[in-house]
Amino acid sequence: MINNSKTNKTDFLQGNIACAEGAIMAGCKFFAGYPITPASEIAHHLSKRMFEVDGTFIQTEDEIAAIANIVGASWGGVKSMTATSGPGISLMQENIGLAVATETPCVIVNVQRGAPSTGSPSVHLQGDILQSKFGSQGDYQIIALAPASPQEMFDFTIKAFNLAEQFRTPVFVLSDSLVGHMRERVNFPLQEELILSERKKLEHYQGIHQKIFLDEEVAPMPVFGKGLKANITGSTHKEDGFRNVSDPKIMDNAIKKLTNKILKHKEEIIEINEHEIDDAEVAILSYGLTSRAVLETVKIARKNGIKVGSFRPITVWPFPEEEVEKLSRRVKTIIVCENNLGQLFPFVKSAACEHCKVISLPPKVLGTLYYPEEILEKIKEVI
Amino acid sequence: MSEIGVRLSGIGGQGVVLASIILGRAASVYDNLYAVQTQTYGSDMRGGDVCTEIIVSEKEIVYPIVNTPDILIAIAQKAFDQHITDLKEGGILITDKDLVNVGNLTKNVNHYSEEFNKKAIDDFNEKRVSNMIMLGFVVEKTKLITYEALEKAIADLLSPRIFDLNKKAIDFGMKLASTN
Repeated sequence: MINNSKTNKTDFLQGNIACAEGAIMAGCKFFAGYPITPASEIAHHLSKRMFEVDGTFIQTEDEIAAIANIVGASWGGVKSMTATSGPGISLMQENIGLAVATETPCVIVNVQRGAPSTGSPSVHLQGDILQSKFGSQGDYQIIALAPASPQEMFDFTIKAFNLAEQFRTPVFVLSDSLVGHMRERVNFPLQEELILSERKKLEHYQGIHQKIFLDEEVAPMPVFGKGLKANITGSTHKEDGFRNVSDPKIMDNAIKKLTNKILKHKEEIIEINEHEIDDAEVAILSYGLTSRAVLETVKIARKNGIKVGSFRPITVWPFPEEEVEKLSRRVKTIIVCENNLGQLFPFVKSAACEHCKVISLPPKVLGTLYYPEEILEKIKEVI
Repeated sequence: MSEIGVRLSGIGGQGVVLASIILGRAASVYDNLYAVQTQTYGSDMRGGDVCTEIIVSEKEIVYPIVNTPDILIAIAQKAFDQHITDLKEGGILITDKDLVNVGNLTKNVNHYSEEFNKKAIDDFNEKRVSNMIMLGFVVEKTKLITYEALEKAIADLLSPRIFDLNKKAIDFGMKLASTN
């Protein structure tokens, strides 16, 4: 198979292009999407690159078709991805739920923009944090990673594919318009140095009641067209995929097994970047691009002898509840900085459980990156 | 070199974003420096406000936005009016002499101006190379990147068909700067 991925190379790339190249490197062979600012460059770049790696690119009629396409492609046995922005995710919600319920590995990139509704296409906000977790109906878990640079757009896209394959679940890359359009140095690893995960595949037909769903340790997945008959449905089903919508015990089992599949592996999934936390009295919790303003603030504060540290969840979902709880026992105050009106704040406050004070600090002007001074001002107030 | 923040501003179609991408690529890929480039723009293809920022540094860049630029390049009146207040005291201001009237410049800055647009039309019969004349001028005045790196970055980003024309425009801009 042809693989034209650039290897061991340094490039100066836009975040969106880095994401597309990361997907190629991770072995993505199918992309479907509908153009939208500020995510269009991903589709545009892959419309050429997919064909160079023997992959498939489809510009669908809308986002609903795009997500349906990648779910289908994944069942066809290939790694698949779509990329859009908040309005596109709104349209995709029904089939994101289908991907969760049918345990379909796939990657969904959301380059967030100003919202609600059509909002402001080229303004960077982190407004879709809760949408990623709660957008589709019912109780379910999702994995979401928040990059802060083009290099992380590249790395986290690969990581997203790995997690999707390992846990048979859709995984979000939650970027924003500034990271998506920002250009910075991107280092490409050698293909042979990359660790890539592949899904457990069902190789042999074991009869119609074979176990292909609802295993907390992740069930093997059959591939369409290989002669392995299987039932796949978004409705409540048993381990063999057979639909049952009348027995509450089956429904209970389906919901719990699906959520536990993620929650029981939180330790493997969750990644946190801590900086100067050891002796910190104040911790600033942030994610994605905002974390770069926080790191700058910590640098300035430390020069002035103020004991501040940065706590940055790379994994926004599943929410790092235990890690935040531990943090809350170590510091006096947690300041939550996010480029929205406080979407993760209630989760931080609840995890901190009154061990320490938790304050929400949205930027003075939503959609702009914090000035380090405005965070510093708040730190001085609380210290 | 400590962190140097550059803001390039103009209107859509003048090529300021391409100029900043060339700068960033030259610095980070060929001059072994760190660089981060960001941009903001309106919805218009041509005629809308365009502002692009680039930071060049020997050390890793944490904060990616330029709130108070060391160097401001404004090649449209609206761009100058909008961004001049942010320019650092003692900073460098580069403007298009023909398109920007700086009025009574009260700020303590080093101001250089040249007719990028007019010279592109008069000397090259091609308005579109005005950004390259500007880029050559900026590089010569600020020494942000080396000429070799600039040349390689242009070769990467522009098609061979237009490489020579653009390189000539850059050389022309550098010459203007050295005699200005």
